[in-house]
Amino acid sequence: MLALQYIPNVTTLGYDPTKCNGCRKCIDVCPHEVFALVNKRAVIKNLDACMECGACVGNCEPLALSVVSGVGCAYGVIMGLLKGTEPTCGCDEGSGSCC
Amino acid sequence: MRNQITPRDGSEEFNQPASGQSLNNASVLFKFGESPSPEKKSIIRVTSSKLKFTDRLGSWKARWNIGRMRYTVEPGLYSLGDPTEKSHVFVSANYKMSFDRLRSQLKGRDGWILVLDTKGINVWCAAGKGTFGTFEIVNRMRIVGLHDIVSHRKLILPQLGAPGVSAHEVKRATGFTVIYGPVRAEDLPEFIDNRLKATSEMRQVKFEFVDRIVLIPTEIVLVGKWALLAILAFFLLSGLGEGIYSIDRALSDGLFNNLILLYVLFFGVILTPALLPYLFGRAFWVKGVWLGIFCVIEAGFFFKTHPDLFPGWLSSIAWILMGVATTSFLAMNFTGSSTYTSMSGVVKEMKIALPVQLSAAIAGLCLWVVSRFIH
Repeated sequence: MLALQYIPNVTTLGYDPTKCNGCRKCIDVCPHEVFALVNKRAVIKNLDACMECGACVGNCEPLALSVVSGVGCAYGVIMGLLKGTEPTCGCDEGSGSCC
Repeated sequence: MRNQITPRDGSEEFNQPASGQSLNNASVLFKFGESPSPEKKSIIRVTSSKLKFTDRLGSWKARWNIGRMRYTVEPGLYSLGDPTEKSHVFVSANYKMSFDRLRSQLKGRDGWILVLDTKGINVWCAAGKGTFGTFEIVNRMRIVGLHDIVSHRKLILPQLGAPGVSAHEVKRATGFTVIYGPVRAEDLPEFIDNRLKATSEMRQVKFEFVDRIVLIPTEIVLVGKWALLAILAFFLLSGLGEGIYSIDRALSDGLFNNLILLYVLFFGVILTPALLPYLFGRAFWVKGVWLGIFCVIEAGFFFKTHPDLFPGWLSSIAWILMGVATTSFLAMNFTGSSTYTSMSGVVKEMKIALPVQLSAAIAGLCLWVVSRFIH
């Protein structure tokens, strides 16, 4: 199968290597193999694969990572625009159109 | 931090015997240590790894969006097989499909399943919203009294729960270590046998043909509601033309135009998931434009062999504009179901795509109405 890759150079993922303690958590939780461990420090090996889910940020104890996370969902973004809120899938409203 | 995730004292749910209201249909087990005092007793429901016909039917119905928002299990602690204080604790969401996926992979094993209250939403989406999260894990552990039920201090979470969870905060608040299991439940047996180590293969989310195809029913139902409105509109508008309005024409031309509409929708709804990796371009709206072009090419062949059905150039150009706008929009909408799109990317593509799609659709519709009068 051809690799599915989304739009490059857009992710808001930020990383401060000086804070990394090499715990590997980011590598464990990332669903798209964005990170790798080199010399006991995390490195970003595939930045454009990041889908901004935020899993790495919340599990990084030394706060080396940051991201503006949100739903990668056009419907959610449209709903957010219409309602003037953050992009949301609208699962809570029971609209039936959840991600 | 600790204060944030500690349930408020006196909160109703916290002080009640856990889920006391559903006592009737739950089995109460006290397996370890002394019987807890009545107000502290926790309810453990019994489940099994075996999926019944009704579970499979329920899963099928949820795919078709039938009662999907009510397809839930009761949050709380479940025993699977004959677990002891040393058995693993698996954490899941209270969307029944999530729970069923998990337990069906634990055949021949004993364990505990801690079901969080995620409001009936699956693990990944709930994690994105934070309902599958640190707070609810800590809260649910206390409600069921997990500390007294198991002697070890480990929780196995689905990896896709990670966006809502801070493993180190769970540890700080409860003393339990969070271990992230594989993305897919089907890798659980290997993960467990491999001493709770996931391979990098298990850690990756995929979006293969089958993963995409199972989403089609939901897409059909979601788009279907809007499609019905559009079909009705085309029947009504098709009456326009020479002599202003004709009911006969509304029916006959309406049928013809709605067949074109259904054909366009087929491309957008069915072929987007099916052909996703083979459509050129990274942005989904571009992938959808290709589908629209295929639509036009195929229609071209059809009218070449059936020239008597050709509706005329003006109407055709109108349909090309409306058709490409529709397939492009439908493909873009599929970003929400895909497993690899980021919000920044979606926002970026929508800024270009929405104006293009809207103007094409409006221009197409105007042209189409004009074509009703010029023949």
